[in-house]
Amino acid sequence: MATEVAAGTSRRKLLPIGNRQDQVYWLFVLPVLLCLLVFFLLPLFQVFWISLSDPAVGPDNYIKLFDNRAIKRVVLTTLRICTITTVFSVVIGYMIAFTVAIAPPRTRSMLMFAILVPFWMSVLVRAFAWVTLLRSEGVINSFLMSFGAISTPLSMTNNEFGVLVGMVHYMVPYAVLPLLASMDGINPSLIAASRGLGAGPVQSFVKIFMPLTKPGIFAALILVFIMTLGFFVTPIILGGGNTVMIAEYITVQMQQTLRWGLASALATALLVVVLLLIGALSRSMDMRKMLGGG
Amino acid sequence: MIDFGRSSSISVAKLLGWAGALFLLLPSFVIIPVSFTTHHYLSLPDEGLSLRHYQNLFSNPLWLGAIGQSLLIAVLAAILAVITGTLGAIGLWRIASRFGDSLRNLMLMPLIVPPIVSALAFYKAWVVFGLLDSYVGVIIAHAVLAIPYVIITVTTSLSNFDGRLEQAARNLGANAWEAMWLIIVPVIRPGILSGAVLAFLASWDEIVVTLFISSQKIMTLPKAIWNGIRDNIDPTVAAVGTLVIVITLAATCIRLYRQSRAAA
Repeated sequence: MATEVAAGTSRRKLLPIGNRQDQVYWLFVLPVLLCLLVFFLLPLFQVFWISLSDPAVGPDNYIKLFDNRAIKRVVLTTLRICTITTVFSVVIGYMIAFTVAIAPPRTRSMLMFAILVPFWMSVLVRAFAWVTLLRSEGVINSFLMSFGAISTPLSMTNNEFGVLVGMVHYMVPYAVLPLLASMDGINPSLIAASRGLGAGPVQSFVKIFMPLTKPGIFAALILVFIMTLGFFVTPIILGGGNTVMIAEYITVQMQQTLRWGLASALATALLVVVLLLIGALSRSMDMRKMLGGG
Repeated sequence: MIDFGRSSSISVAKLLGWAGALFLLLPSFVIIPVSFTTHHYLSLPDEGLSLRHYQNLFSNPLWLGAIGQSLLIAVLAAILAVITGTLGAIGLWRIASRFGDSLRNLMLMPLIVPPIVSALAFYKAWVVFGLLDSYVGVIIAHAVLAIPYVIITVTTSLSNFDGRLEQAARNLGANAWEAMWLIIVPVIRPGILSGAVLAFLASWDEIVVTLFISSQKIMTLPKAIWNGIRDNIDPTVAAVGTLVIVITLAATCIRLYRQSRAAA
């Protein structure tokens, strides 16, 4: 027994990093930890505190979240827009990712370029571009009218349609990346085997390929849904005040009606939902890989 | 490579994929030509090209000031995020405990929290700290939002780093600080640079938090674009947008180039 312990300690001494030296590395971590604690986590906690204490201490603001009709409408609008956006983004993203996954290398890099350019494009510039395209004197309407396809301009901005187009466009690249990661992980010989055993292309896709991409689909659905919940810029610019989502509503409560408690309660609720969804997501996929570490 | 063989359904699927890719590129296809229109209103150029909107952009002190402010803020925020984030990522990697891993996840919070919630939090805290509408306030907020990107890229680099190199340096008498500067930092430089570019872009692009914590004095480029879109839509915004696309693409290309060199 004693010799074992002795051997254990001597072995540990051979390793150059002992406990004493490990302490040094906490000094490395300290600045970033303090920075985030003071400038981010405490402020977040303050929001939570305001939601419980303004105008009076108690859960009143949270009760209001459930029985205020205006809030109910905003939450329903948000959920509707987010769900539609998520479904469209993942369907379009799946088609793009599939095309990338089966493309030869050169075609693949062309497609990746098409995915990454908008990925890196400012959300404001994109919203502006969609206004240019969709408004009544916009590019699409003048194009259609010059051909006589329509006589009066289609109304595509300042309504939910415009918001949806802008949001789907923003989210598609975020759907493509996890989907592509799961498709690239599929062993090509599985498809070859399925083909060799007599399955047609469609059957191989439905029975082999698609089931193997389920984790990717799940990750894409949650990731897109989380990100759309807090959307701010696109709904305001393309919705023109007619489609108020949670983020815009919080802003109005803060800047116009000055109901800080209510705004904070709504923000806290939004954060809790997002964190719960992230928890579900991280169980299915490596978060760091997905959030653009590559 | 995955091969489904020839089939009309697969061809249709591919066609839809390409259509999706075109949909993604559509806004850039539009905004770049619009910036060269000869008209004073938003339109595709139909009577030749003109640089008048770029001339307007580069002679207008409002836009120039906004570009300058954005560059200054993004560079300083990126420096702050890179220094603290890199140190933190190296420290956590070296500590390598479960508690450290939870701390790392906690440090990704600014990326996970919806921008509107961060904006609310920053606003209320900046009132207390007296940082509203100040350079220092915006730089700190942007740095905090950028730290997760640095943590992610540096941690990824470190996962490919042979920890024994650092142990050898320590055994040969280097202290933790020297080992970091002489051994770790040179090896993970691509990850640090990648994090720096991402941090720069995070600040360069930031709008929601900036809108909340600034008023008159701070006018970043995204804020100027925001005002431009809401007040008077004119092709100068398209010229600014084109410029933003070009700068963002350049930064992304630098990052990809560095990555491919690091991989080679």
